[in-house]
Amino acid sequence: MTDQTAFHAALLDAAAPIPTGLTDGAGRPAGRRYGVYRNNVAVSLRDALETAYPAIAKLIGTENFHNIAGMYLRSAPPDTPIMLQYGAGFPQFLESLAPLAHLPYLGDVARIERAMRLSYHAADSTPADATILQNLSQEVLMSARLTLAPSVRILRSPFPAFDIWAYNMRPGARKPRPLAQDTLILRAEFDPVPHLLGPGAYAFVQAINAQQPLGAALQAAGEDIDLGAILGLLLSSHAITQIHI
Amino acid sequence: MFDETNSLPAAPGVGYKAQHFAAIMGEPDPVQWLEIHAENYMGDGGRPIAQLRHLAERFPISVHGVGLSIGGEGPLDTDHLARLKHLCDWLNPASFSEHLAWSTHDSHFFNDLLPLPYTDATLSRVCDHIDQVQEVLGRRMLLENPSSYLAFADSTMTETDFLHAVTRRTGCGMLLDVNNVFVSATNLSYSPQSYIDAYPLDAVGEIHLGGHDEDHDDHGAPLLIDSHGREVIDPVWELLDYTLARSGPRPTLVEWDTDVPDWPVLAAEARRANIALSRLSVPA
Repeated sequence: MTDQTAFHAALLDAAAPIPTGLTDGAGRPAGRRYGVYRNNVAVSLRDALETAYPAIAKLIGTENFHNIAGMYLRSAPPDTPIMLQYGAGFPQFLESLAPLAHLPYLGDVARIERAMRLSYHAADSTPADATILQNLSQEVLMSARLTLAPSVRILRSPFPAFDIWAYNMRPGARKPRPLAQDTLILRAEFDPVPHLLGPGAYAFVQAINAQQPLGAALQAAGEDIDLGAILGLLLSSHAITQIHI
Repeated sequence: MFDETNSLPAAPGVGYKAQHFAAIMGEPDPVQWLEIHAENYMGDGGRPIAQLRHLAERFPISVHGVGLSIGGEGPLDTDHLARLKHLCDWLNPASFSEHLAWSTHDSHFFNDLLPLPYTDATLSRVCDHIDQVQEVLGRRMLLENPSSYLAFADSTMTETDFLHAVTRRTGCGMLLDVNNVFVSATNLSYSPQSYIDAYPLDAVGEIHLGGHDEDHDDHGAPLLIDSHGREVIDPVWELLDYTLARSGPRPTLVEWDTDVPDWPVLAAEARRANIALSRLSVPA
């Protein structure tokens, strides 16, 4: 076993014996001095998760969050030095924990937070000229294809994930309704904003994102979609970067 | 070998925090340059990179890597090195620095600067990695001395002898963190002044200052923790004076990474660094 294998094996396992060959500089065993590294690693990764998932921390409380983050960081330490990417598996991890089974929506609320983070760091883009759409005939409009900005994210949940996220993160937000909810995250400039989607809009945006023409996307959306509302939202949030006619 | 015309001024700088953006663009005095943590600017776009572009138009920027694991037993992460090169290529920073430490093992990244035994084997590994970094980036790098909480029974040389050998073999410069010197010297019971006396001061391209916390080891001996979460204490300012008197003026940075204060508090720390630097230019 190499030095670093021994050193790292005990870093995330408080029950493991302290590696040999470490001293206090005066020949005595390092003892709790090794614990400084254990603590630094665990606290820094825990803090990274708390920064990434503030709504989850509010929902379950700081102490519970710290305990769960401690379990997660031991089961899934980062595989990249880019800490803004850490925690990809955290939503699924929350869903896998039996003690959290009574809060089945946590994973989807965490997915909203993860998607907002990825949106925040996504590539910049220039919005398309919306007036192009206004001047098209119905037939040409329905055959147009749209390219969405790299910062756009869309999520579907069988739970009121949007309401629960908003209730915890936006002062004065309404109490969550017992509904399945779809969430669209848009970033007009730098700040990602989650929007609750109306009926059909999830299928519509998915179809657009799959490069289907507007007509096909509309068909996929069904009769209940408010086309003006979703197109208006996409355009006003600078989410459409190209219009292919 | 490398372009040295683009360099940090021998003046105060601070570690950049996004919450200080407006204050820095408005009233930076006395701060003349900024340091960023490279890994925070490895997204594809958005506000962090837009702000960095604005800052770079006005200030020399030091790129400080915290994730390359230069002391790691395994090979350097070439994907990560390529990301650093991409950042340095578009930003053209005045300096690039990394740590004498390891943080990655078996592809797991621990987000901490872990310690190394000072042996011939460590020395050749660290030098190989620094050679690789300097070759890929096409620039000279600075290497920062660590804060130590323990020592290795296997070490065969002092940290300062180790650093002399690294700069001699690789041509890299030194980032001298005087708070780390104070923390390590206290924790491992040696004199911080004699460390400075033995340090390769000619190679210093940048000095770091920061705050630390106090704890105790199993025997009640003081155990200082490098936290970057409070003001620099007086004995560290005195160690800065001791260092500058021997090195001459150098780019001097205040780091404050946790419990980050409002701008006036950080600017006051930079002013204190400015006073230490200004004293040098007054003939005795």
